[in-house]
Amino acid sequence: MYVNVLEFSLLVWIGSFAAGFLGSLTGLGGGVVIVPFLTSVFGVDIRYAIGASLVSVIATSSSAAPTYIKQGYTNLHLGMFLEVATTIGALIGAAIATFISLKALALVLAIVLIYSAYLSQQPRPEYCESGAVESLSDTLRLNGTCPTSEGLMTYQIHSFPFGFGLMAVAGVLSGLLGIGSGAFKVLAMDRIMRLPFKVSTTTSNFTIGVTAAASAGVYLARGYIDPGLSMPVMLGVLPGALLGTKVLIGAKAEILRPIFSLLLVAMALRMVYNIFAGGL
Amino acid sequence: MNFFNLRAKVSWSEEVRDSSRVIEQSVDTVGKFSNSQIAGKTNLTSSSYESTLKRFVSSLLKYGVLLASTIVFVGGILYLIICGTEPANYQFFREEPSELCSPVGVITAALSGNPLGIIQLGLFLLIATPVLRVALSFLIFLWQRDLLYGIVTLFVLSELIYSFIGAYF
Repeated sequence: MYVNVLEFSLLVWIGSFAAGFLGSLTGLGGGVVIVPFLTSVFGVDIRYAIGASLVSVIATSSSAAPTYIKQGYTNLHLGMFLEVATTIGALIGAAIATFISLKALALVLAIVLIYSAYLSQQPRPEYCESGAVESLSDTLRLNGTCPTSEGLMTYQIHSFPFGFGLMAVAGVLSGLLGIGSGAFKVLAMDRIMRLPFKVSTTTSNFTIGVTAAASAGVYLARGYIDPGLSMPVMLGVLPGALLGTKVLIGAKAEILRPIFSLLLVAMALRMVYNIFAGGL
Repeated sequence: MNFFNLRAKVSWSEEVRDSSRVIEQSVDTVGKFSNSQIAGKTNLTSSSYESTLKRFVSSLLKYGVLLASTIVFVGGILYLIICGTEPANYQFFREEPSELCSPVGVITAALSGNPLGIIQLGLFLLIATPVLRVALSFLIFLWQRDLLYGIVTLFVLSELIYSFIGAYF
């Protein structure tokens, strides 16, 4: 099929806009959809798809962060500390990506997609109890406050070393697949460190930009970041994600989440099919 | 330098009001949350520059993305006008023209009016935005003599710089 640059850019722009919108509405992020979308719908080489996704992830993370910081949810100290783990992970991930086979890369992505879809279906309890004071998170000045309907609430950070380790794994996936891996970061903060969910979502978003930037250097030098493809992806995901955060109303997100998860699973299966049919 | 000091003083006086409000709130919520007193105490010491940090980091991210996406947009329009009718081919990986992979090459290409060079310059700025955010936080922590977070941000910054330099050599 013959597609010229103008048509291709328009189609990719529309798809990226939808991906950014759905990604931010469901809290999974646009990156996790962009890579399978570009590879399975447009047949784009997975390396270009990863590069374009990485760029759009940096754009959405950086543009959403000021709002979250102003609202008082983002824990800057925690975010900056966890960036140590996520950037180390991202450097390792980007290094692995340069020698791993394309089939293995697609398989890892398919597994991550299905797992993200599963995670997004799990209920997210809002932890309010303080529990025992952990001296480590106190010493590192990681504990913070977040606004609630009853005024500022203090929260404790639990099992920091374990959470830190899990963030490094999220960093590896981010560097390997060019996604923000928000689902895994939120998992580490929600379940392990037991943060209020608005804090974990916004702090995860805050660290995503720096994590992606750590592997972007490697991808730029290797030619994975193609300007012609990244342009419509970034310019589509960014307004889509901003619109998503504006309409973020509980009820609507609840309806969309299962649909979005099904979409992720379908794309993951399509990728697995491509691998075994030798289509890649 | 004077401007910086002035800003710091202004923000500190705002801060004193802010932190007293925080204490009032935490006193209100004593009983509801067992750690409210601790919150009051930590807020007194740590929030003295917390809002400076928040404000600087937020504006840097906001204007960084704005500038980068404007440049990408302008480059994109030029690219579509000039190359819009050419066939699109992203199915097969080819090495990028090497000038679009290095910072110096991108700047020369952008200055010569190459639309792809302009887009790539915008993407460079976009990638640089979070890196600059880490550098800025490091400077603020240094200025506040916050040893722990000074080291943390310096470590992240050196990792980022290593990844950019290491990729080319």
